[in-house]
Amino acid sequence: MATALKQDDNGNNQPENAENVVVRFAGDSGDGMQLTGGQFTLSTALAGSDLATFPDFPAEIRAPQGTLFGVSAFQINFGSRAIETAGDEPDVLIAMNPAALKTNVDALRDGGLIIADSGEFGKRNLDKAKYENNPLEDGSLAKWQLLKLDISALTLEAVKPFGLGNKEALRSKNMWTLGLALWMFERERQPIIDWLKTKFAKLPAVADANIAALNAGHAYGETAELSGDGLGGGHLTTRKVGAAPSAPGEYRTVTGAEALSLGLVAGAQLADVPMFFGGYPITPASAILHHLSRLKEFDVTTFQAEDEIAAIAAAIGASYAGKLGITSSSGPGIALKGEAMGLAIMTELPLVIINSQRGGPSTGLPTKTEQSDLYQAVYGRNGDAPMPVIAARSPSDAFECAIEAVRIAVQYMTPVMLLTDGYIANAAEPWKIPDVASLEPFPVTYLDKMPEGGLKPYSRDEKFARPWIKPGTPELMHRIGGIEKGIDTGHIDYGSANHQKMTEIRRDKVLGVADSIPDQDVALGNAGGKLAVVGWGSTYGPIHQAVRRAVEAGKDVAHIHIRNIWPMPKNLGELLKSYDRVIVPEMNTGQLKTVLRDQYLVDAKPINKVSGQPFTIAEIDAAIEENLS
Amino acid sequence: MNEMTKITTLKDWETDQEVRWCPGCGDYAILKAVQRTMPELGVRPEDTLFISGIGCSSRFPYYMETYGFHTIHGRAPAVATGAKLANPDLDVWIITGDGDALSIGGNHTMHLLRRNLDCQIMLFNNEIYGLTKGQYSPTSRVGTNTPSTPYGSVDRPASPCAFALGSGARFIARGIDIHKDLTNVLKAAHAHKGAAFIEIFQNCIVYNKDVFDEFAAKKTAASTQLLLADGEPMLFEKGARGIAMDRETLSLKVVDVVDGDWQAANVIVHDVTNRSVAHMLIEMPFGEFPMAIGVLYDDPRPTFEAAVVEQNVEAAKGKKPDLQALLNKGQTWTVTEDGPEL
Repeated sequence: MATALKQDDNGNNQPENAENVVVRFAGDSGDGMQLTGGQFTLSTALAGSDLATFPDFPAEIRAPQGTLFGVSAFQINFGSRAIETAGDEPDVLIAMNPAALKTNVDALRDGGLIIADSGEFGKRNLDKAKYENNPLEDGSLAKWQLLKLDISALTLEAVKPFGLGNKEALRSKNMWTLGLALWMFERERQPIIDWLKTKFAKLPAVADANIAALNAGHAYGETAELSGDGLGGGHLTTRKVGAAPSAPGEYRTVTGAEALSLGLVAGAQLADVPMFFGGYPITPASAILHHLSRLKEFDVTTFQAEDEIAAIAAAIGASYAGKLGITSSSGPGIALKGEAMGLAIMTELPLVIINSQRGGPSTGLPTKTEQSDLYQAVYGRNGDAPMPVIAARSPSDAFECAIEAVRIAVQYMTPVMLLTDGYIANAAEPWKIPDVASLEPFPVTYLDKMPEGGLKPYSRDEKFARPWIKPGTPELMHRIGGIEKGIDTGHIDYGSANHQKMTEIRRDKVLGVADSIPDQDVALGNAGGKLAVVGWGSTYGPIHQAVRRAVEAGKDVAHIHIRNIWPMPKNLGELLKSYDRVIVPEMNTGQLKTVLRDQYLVDAKPINKVSGQPFTIAEIDAAIEENLS
Repeated sequence: MNEMTKITTLKDWETDQEVRWCPGCGDYAILKAVQRTMPELGVRPEDTLFISGIGCSSRFPYYMETYGFHTIHGRAPAVATGAKLANPDLDVWIITGDGDALSIGGNHTMHLLRRNLDCQIMLFNNEIYGLTKGQYSPTSRVGTNTPSTPYGSVDRPASPCAFALGSGARFIARGIDIHKDLTNVLKAAHAHKGAAFIEIFQNCIVYNKDVFDEFAAKKTAASTQLLLADGEPMLFEKGARGIAMDRETLSLKVVDVVDGDWQAANVIVHDVTNRSVAHMLIEMPFGEFPMAIGVLYDDPRPTFEAAVVEQNVEAAKGKKPDLQALLNKGQTWTVTEDGPEL
């Protein structure tokens, strides 16, 4: 891990080519920290560094100002090498008020740098953050480097010419801070200026004030010879984090919610079927509805339903009518959709259900991440109701997973559950933009004339998929429903032998999806050996990084990351049995572990964390260490 | 009627499925009325979609030789919304009951009506849960004795038509299962562009037998039913009585009509576009007043699916569906063999 600052023999801080740096922006939820982080991310990506981000914000939209629970933070880890997590410990903490300092400073690495807006450290704010004394003055931050700047006053000064009110002027504080951060890491300001001009196109005074603040923050870094406590008499200088080696191609940054939306559009195009998306607002899934609602030229119809049930029911209706129905939610909403999922399974209609998981149960932790809906996805319906389940491991992986979910849905005439989580949905990373021409199309066919031997709506192809028949097609009128179907005919049939057979067909159809998915690969390390660390979803980053370190240290460890949660890849059982030990780190109390034990009788050991925060690399390191001894 | 549309007969709308309602159930009469009406609408079976929820009435789609979807309890309006948005050319009929539409599915019914999805909603009201063997429903009258209310129900019933009007429905009608006029109500509902809500009083002969007899019985119908027709005076009892406005209390009243001179008695002429009068007709307390039957309200507004389609087309205008361009949107950078290029 790079040091935040490095001093030369004279005690001056040297520009350093750091391998990677972790910066956390923290402020009041009204301070615009997510925006600041997002724009800093963009400038970092444009400079070619690899990066991962972790937005961490409260469930309250505008919590009372200055309070501890109203703190919103954005962490970015960027480097000149491959970055897989948002970083265990920040090197730099930018704290916009006492509450932000209090809730975040303990995460800062010893010797790390605090930049604090001293203008916000008055008695009132100190009281709200439950500080008895001003921590900027009482020496309690001695183990870190401290830079105190009256950012509020400096911002007011910078935006004075634009005649904004005090309150409005102070809104530019985040841009001032961003300007300083851009200077610190030698990043370009122009992309941010362009963005501000577009964002405030209708409010030119606001755009100008923000640009002025941004420039002022940057200029301040350049000229002020910043010095502070623990800086050893030296002053803050810039540090450059170089570009990370990456495959040639065109890149952009992407969040999981964006990548997933784009993947759904791509999937529908590859299937050559118009998309119908039914959604209901819920954190952290709403972003997908927002993205898709702007893409009407791609034959996308979005429908904000009256509730979660209506959202999936409408998607099922659209699928019946010949479009690809998609619905999206988070755990509590997915629970509400459960009965309708059963209907889609029974009527064998294509449907994609996306679950952006959050902490649970019930309302749980709406804005925090967890991966505790695996049981719900695999088992959580009445009756024997099998459904393919796939899980995205990163924002860019969400693109491919979305296409895969669409493919399985239309080829097997089945609902498919796609799992992502709050972390993936909100986190950004650089993304090598796929070449559309390289994506394999899988166009759907509808049954559009009377087959020889008459119409059998529940006849099956080699995948056990039934025909997709659009209402409006002459002669092929038929009735479907949630009541058990007679084999082939689809007529109501309560017969016991029929139910036995139909249950088996539905099971075998879904298990057959395994024939169309790739074998499980080993992400890192050898196939077979002492220890396999098996993960799924957003734990990819910390597991991969920790296993890489272990492998580099000569340890016999492998990383296996499962995308196809149900059905699992055909070789997975054999692969797991080729290791002496299997550990499964999950942000739940051991759900994948249970499925692995059940399916393969392997002694998978759980490594669990349910704090609403992603695993740190150090936590996985420790688990590897313990299981190798 | 489209010239290309082939003529159908009642037989074209019947399936080969055995009808499984209890003998004597009002549902049989409604099914026949619908099958009799379809050929007169100039529509084709393949363009017709019947969608139902759960309950006795919801078996209906299996008996219609059209496309059909027997969904889950209460959700038919939501499934119908998706189907109609996906293919606005479909002629969508929703078959539901008092429990399905007003209890478990009340939310969806409300939103379908306020959005004004173009479809016909036939609510078979029998004031009881039939399929689950006779529990009281949201339209059961206070004091209804059922297995779940052995001492009588205590909660007040919902009024389906008042609910529909309050939800923003632009077409509201009432019919009776065995009434020969039901086909006219169905035709009017079909002619209405938008959500057409029809409450049909349906006799559950097993669990709530003859509960509507006080106004539905043929013998007394003349004095207990107000058969509405647009542009016609609101007369009943063979023209001997009528409905007039009490100008002091701004409410309806029953007046006697002498020698057929309804104008002298100030009997109101039914105007189906008058929402206020529709509300009063719906709320007329039965007993003191007759039961208003027929089209109570019919005043079309633009439909939901038309607005969605129009906005989709408008928003897509001039934009090419270029997937590669979409993926490349925003600020991008290029990495070459030598590293990133800015």
